[in-house]
Amino acid sequence: MKEILSGNEAVARGGYEGGLHFACAYPGTPSTEILENMAKYKEIHSQWSVNEKTALETALGASFGGMRVLVAMKHVGLNVASDPLFSAGYIGAKGGFVIVTADDPGMHSSQNEQDNRNYARAAKIPMLEPSDSQESKELTKIALEISEEFDTPVLLRLTTRISHSKSIVEIGERKIVEVKGYEKNIKKNLILPNHARLLHKKVEERLIKIKELSNDFKYNFIEYKNKDIGIITSGISYQYVKEAMPDASVLKISLTWPLPERLIKEFANNVKKLYVVEENDPFIETEVKAMGINIIGKEIIPIVGELNTRIIKESFNQVEKYNLKETKEKSPARPPALCPGCPHTSVFYAINKLKLIATGDIGCYTLGALPPLNAMDTCVDMGASITNALGLEYSLRGRDKRKIVAVIGDSTFFHSGITGLIDLVYNKGTSTVIILDNSITAMTGHQDNPGTGKTLMGEDAHRFDIEKLVRGLGIEDVFVVDTYNLNEVISLIKSETEREKASVIIAKRPCVLLPEMQKKKFEKYEIDEDKCTGCQMCVKLGCPAISFDKAKKKAYINETICVGCSLCYQICKLGAINKVKGE
Amino acid sequence: MNTKVIIAGVGGQGILLASDILCEAAMKAGFDTKKSEVHGMSQRGGDVVSHVIFGEKVYSPLISYDEADIILSFEQVEALRNIDYLKKDGVIIVNTMKILPLPVASGIADYPNDSIGEIKKFAKNTIVIDAESIANELGNRRVMNIVLLGIMARNVESIKKEIWLNALRNNVPQKTIDVNLKAFERGYSFS
Repeated sequence: MKEILSGNEAVARGGYEGGLHFACAYPGTPSTEILENMAKYKEIHSQWSVNEKTALETALGASFGGMRVLVAMKHVGLNVASDPLFSAGYIGAKGGFVIVTADDPGMHSSQNEQDNRNYARAAKIPMLEPSDSQESKELTKIALEISEEFDTPVLLRLTTRISHSKSIVEIGERKIVEVKGYEKNIKKNLILPNHARLLHKKVEERLIKIKELSNDFKYNFIEYKNKDIGIITSGISYQYVKEAMPDASVLKISLTWPLPERLIKEFANNVKKLYVVEENDPFIETEVKAMGINIIGKEIIPIVGELNTRIIKESFNQVEKYNLKETKEKSPARPPALCPGCPHTSVFYAINKLKLIATGDIGCYTLGALPPLNAMDTCVDMGASITNALGLEYSLRGRDKRKIVAVIGDSTFFHSGITGLIDLVYNKGTSTVIILDNSITAMTGHQDNPGTGKTLMGEDAHRFDIEKLVRGLGIEDVFVVDTYNLNEVISLIKSETEREKASVIIAKRPCVLLPEMQKKKFEKYEIDEDKCTGCQMCVKLGCPAISFDKAKKKAYINETICVGCSLCYQICKLGAINKVKGE
Repeated sequence: MNTKVIIAGVGGQGILLASDILCEAAMKAGFDTKKSEVHGMSQRGGDVVSHVIFGEKVYSPLISYDEADIILSFEQVEALRNIDYLKKDGVIIVNTMKILPLPVASGIADYPNDSIGEIKKFAKNTIVIDAESIANELGNRRVMNIVLLGIMARNVESIKKEIWLNALRNNVPQKTIDVNLKAFERGYSFS
C-alpha cells in the first residue's frame, strides 16, 4: 500500500515497522510530529519528556532493559542532550537506540543554523541521512539494526525539508521484536574512568567496522552519467542535485558518518572534476580533502541558508543569477504576531510601558520582542532568561538604575528554568521572574507538559503546581495574576521590580487557541468612531484585531477575530471602546 | 514535464487542506507527488506557502524562482510576495481578499494600492476571483479555500474532475461534503 507521508510521519512509521518499543521527545520544530505520530501506534510506549537531556537518558534507560528505543529532538535540543549523548556513544545499545536530530537550515523557526553532522564525528556515533520520506522510514528501521549489530546508538539526521515535506511511501508490516531484558554489566553501563578507557578503544574499533559497512551500504550509491562532473551529496541536497544537474554523475551518501572512504576514492578516480553539494557546513568536503582528494564545495555552494535547485544551477553556471522583481519591496512583511486575546500581551505591554530590561526566553512569547510591543532585550536558549537576568543584574548593580525582569513560559520553565531559579535564589539575585503560564506547550502546536496533568498517550498524570514549586525553590514572594486584568499586571510588575528581592509572578491564563478556550463565548468589542480621537493607545497592544486607518485617523476592531479579552477597552481613556451591542 | 504549484496565503485560511487535496488528487491520478511547507513561527497571522510538485518523477520538493506553473494565492499581497516563483507563461490565480499584516494595521507600513495591477504587469495569465463572496453566497465562509481549489483544478489538465471530487470527499468532514462540492463546482466553472 502507498501513502503520502511527511518525513516525520515516515520516521514514526519506520519505528513501528522496525519493532520499536519505546519513544520519547521534547517538542521542537521541525521534529515535533515524530512523537505525535508515534503515539498513534499503541504497540509503542510514547512520552513527552521534560527536556531533551531527560529524553535521551530515559531512552538509554529503556535500551538498558533491552527495548528498541527512539528519541527525537530539534538540532539545538541535541545541545541540551549532548552530555548523555557522548556517554551513550561509549556505553552503546543493548536494545536498538535511534537518536533523531531535526536540523533547520534556513532557520525557519530556530535561533541558529548548526549542522548536527558535526555531533556524529565528535561523539563517534554513526549517522544516517535520508533524502525523502521513503528513506526516512527505511533508514529508521536500518538504524535500529545497525545499533544492535554494532552496539552503538545511531543518529538519524533530518532537516526541515525532510521533516516537513511529503512524498510517497510504500507501507510495510511491523516486525515483532522481543524485549531482550536487563542484565547488570557495569563494565559497559557504568563509565568510571577505568571502564571508559577500555570502552574508548572499542568505540574506535567500532568506527572502523562501520566504515567498512559504509563502503558497501545499499543506500550509499553511485549513479554514473557524464563523467566530466562528479557530485558527492547527501540528504535533501541529493534531490536538488538530481533536478539541477540531471547529466552529472552522483555519489549519494546516506551513511554520512563514518564516511565510505573507499567508495569516495573510487568515485573520485572515475570522474574528471569532483564537487560536493551540501547544506551549511563543509562536513563531507573537509573529510574528503583530508583524504587527499581535490574537491570543490563551499567555493561555489553557499554555506549560509538552505539550498534549492536554482541555487545549485546558478552555482554551476547552468543559469544566470536570478534578479528579484521589485514586487517584493512593495509587499509589506507579514511577521507572525501574538494572537488576538493572547494571554501574554498584557505582560509585554506592561514591560514596554515600565521601560524595563527584559531577558527573554524561547516560545510564542518571544514575539513580544517585535513592534509595537518591543518588550524583550535578549533571547539565548531554553531557560536563559532567568540566569541572564542574574548575571546582568550583578553587572548593573551600582552602575545602572534600570530594573530587570526575566520572562519565561511554563513549558520552558519546566524544561530548563528550574535550575536557573535555584541559582538566582542561591546567589542572592533580586530580579523578578515572570512565568507566563498558558498551561500548554503552545509554540510547537499544543503539547502536554508537566503542568497540564496529561501525558502524550492521553493518560492522567500528576499536575505540577508552579506556585508550590517555586516556593519550594526558596522564592518567598510568589504572585499569581490573571493577565486579562491589565492594571493589576502593571502595578504588580512595577512594585516587584522596584523591590530589591527575588520574586516570581505567575501570569496565568490558558492559551486562546486551546479547544476549550475556542468554545467559550466572548463579548466582542467595537470602536465608537465619534469618540475615537486617533491617539493610537490601543494600537500599542499589537493586537492583530486592531487596525488604524491613517487617512481617517481612527482605530478599528476586526470583529471576526476579536475574542473579547478587553485589554483595549481597559487602555482607552476616552471610552471609545465598548462591548458590541446586541450580543 | 512536472507540474509545479504554489499555494500561498495567511495562516488560518485553509491552505494546508487545499494542498493536501491537491496532493491526493495528483497521487490518485498516478503521478509521483511531493509537497513542502514550512510551519511558521506562530500559530496564526504569519504567511503560509505550500509547494506541490507532481509528474512522472519528482526530485526536489521545493519550487525555485521562475519555475511555478500555477500560483494560487488566497490573499492579494501574498500573490505579489510570491510572484518571483512564477515562470514566464505561468498562471496566477488571485483571491481579492485583503488581510492587513500587523505592520500595516498598526500604521507602520502600507498595503499596496493596486496589487492586482502590479501582478498583471508581470503575469500575462492572471485570474482574479472574489472567492470570499462566493463562499458567503453558499452560506459557509470557510469553504473559500475549496472555491479557490476548484478554479485551480480547472487549470490542471492532467487530473480528471472525478479524481478531484473523490479527493475532496476524502479530506473534508462528512457533514460538509455537500457545501464543499458546491464550492468546488463554483470555482471549477468560474470564467
